[in-house]
Amino acid sequence: MITRRKLLMLLPAAAFAWEYVLAGTPELAPGYNRNEHWWGMLLDISKCIGCGNCVRACATENNVPEGYFRTWVERYQVADWHQETPQVDSPNGGKNGFPPGTAVGGKNFFVPKMCNHCVDSPCTQVCPVGATLHTPDGVVLVDEKYCLGCRYCIQACPYGCRFLNPTKRTAEKCSLCYHRITKGLTTACCESCPTGARQLADLKNPSDPIHEFLRTHSVQVLKPHLATGAKAFYYDLDGSVR
Amino acid sequence: MNRIKDAEHLFRLAAAFAVGLALFLLLRAYFVPKSFGQYGHYRGDALAELSSKPMSYAGHQSCEDCHGDVLQVKKAGKHAGVNCEACHGALAKHAEDPASVVPQLPDTAVLCARCHEENIAKPKAFPQVVSAQHSGGAVCKTCHQPHSPLLQPGGKQS
Repeated sequence: MITRRKLLMLLPAAAFAWEYVLAGTPELAPGYNRNEHWWGMLLDISKCIGCGNCVRACATENNVPEGYFRTWVERYQVADWHQETPQVDSPNGGKNGFPPGTAVGGKNFFVPKMCNHCVDSPCTQVCPVGATLHTPDGVVLVDEKYCLGCRYCIQACPYGCRFLNPTKRTAEKCSLCYHRITKGLTTACCESCPTGARQLADLKNPSDPIHEFLRTHSVQVLKPHLATGAKAFYYDLDGSVR
Repeated sequence: MNRIKDAEHLFRLAAAFAVGLALFLLLRAYFVPKSFGQYGHYRGDALAELSSKPMSYAGHQSCEDCHGDVLQVKKAGKHAGVNCEACHGALAKHAEDPASVVPQLPDTAVLCARCHEENIAKPKAFPQVVSAQHSGGAVCKTCHQPHSPLLQPGGKQS
């Protein structure tokens, strides 16, 4: 039976406990609070030159096996009479750049692709064991110690951003360089992008330039009709891009 | 008395359930990691594990700590926005131990062409050349200084 006296005595304890809940648990990276960040990426098509630096950097940083990609670059050639059927090529994911190409008329541009770190990610929802996870700071990750390799997530991702690591036999994907961004660095792809076509964005940081950019530019996500809450924002994205 | 005897099978059933439940709880406590459910339906420890992976790229801040002179040259030129490791490659090992890990100088003939070789899909405003026609086989650094590539009036840079 809880008396009024007991309840009054419990309140300060409850308040203290709530403080602790709000503060979050102390983390490995010192000075990094997972509740103070919300990560995304800005991809500026008008700046991408298809050099493949991001693809190579990602492979180096994350030991991505040859022939598989956590990020890749596609080249679109869209003839104005074939808006719905663009010619797309991505030789070796754009890792070694692109051949000069022959003009077919119409638009030509590069589209860097990667995990969209969706807020309502289909891949997280289908994982039967909780190996694909959504961190408190908005990054979708794979716990490779817990992954069974059942490939449900690979099928579920509408953007084709996942693959099964051929040696580990676990699902793998872009981690938004979680080991870097939690230490105050940018991702390997952003670090090595020579034109600034990729920019890591912290949507919870009011001084991040992403806010000014989102306010003043027309920005699009891939496959918005799927309502996945994608956080890879594309500027100057053409409607033909799938 | 008879009533209890009649219900005996129910007690046995309840006992079997209780043992089953106890076994389930025991196995669950044993197999489910302690941190499961800390942040969501996953192993909370995975976050710390994933954020402690080793890095290959040191980040431009590390480079600039020692190579301030190059930074000054780069800042004044067209390549101001290009980070060091975009051309020089991943150099976290060099940043950790500059004495024993000495980076190789990139080959400008390959390096420059990656970005500046003409391609139909590159933005029109981006400086592009067909290297065979542009230099006739001479390597880029014969004329251009990669950290500040624009030619000075009067031709070759010092």
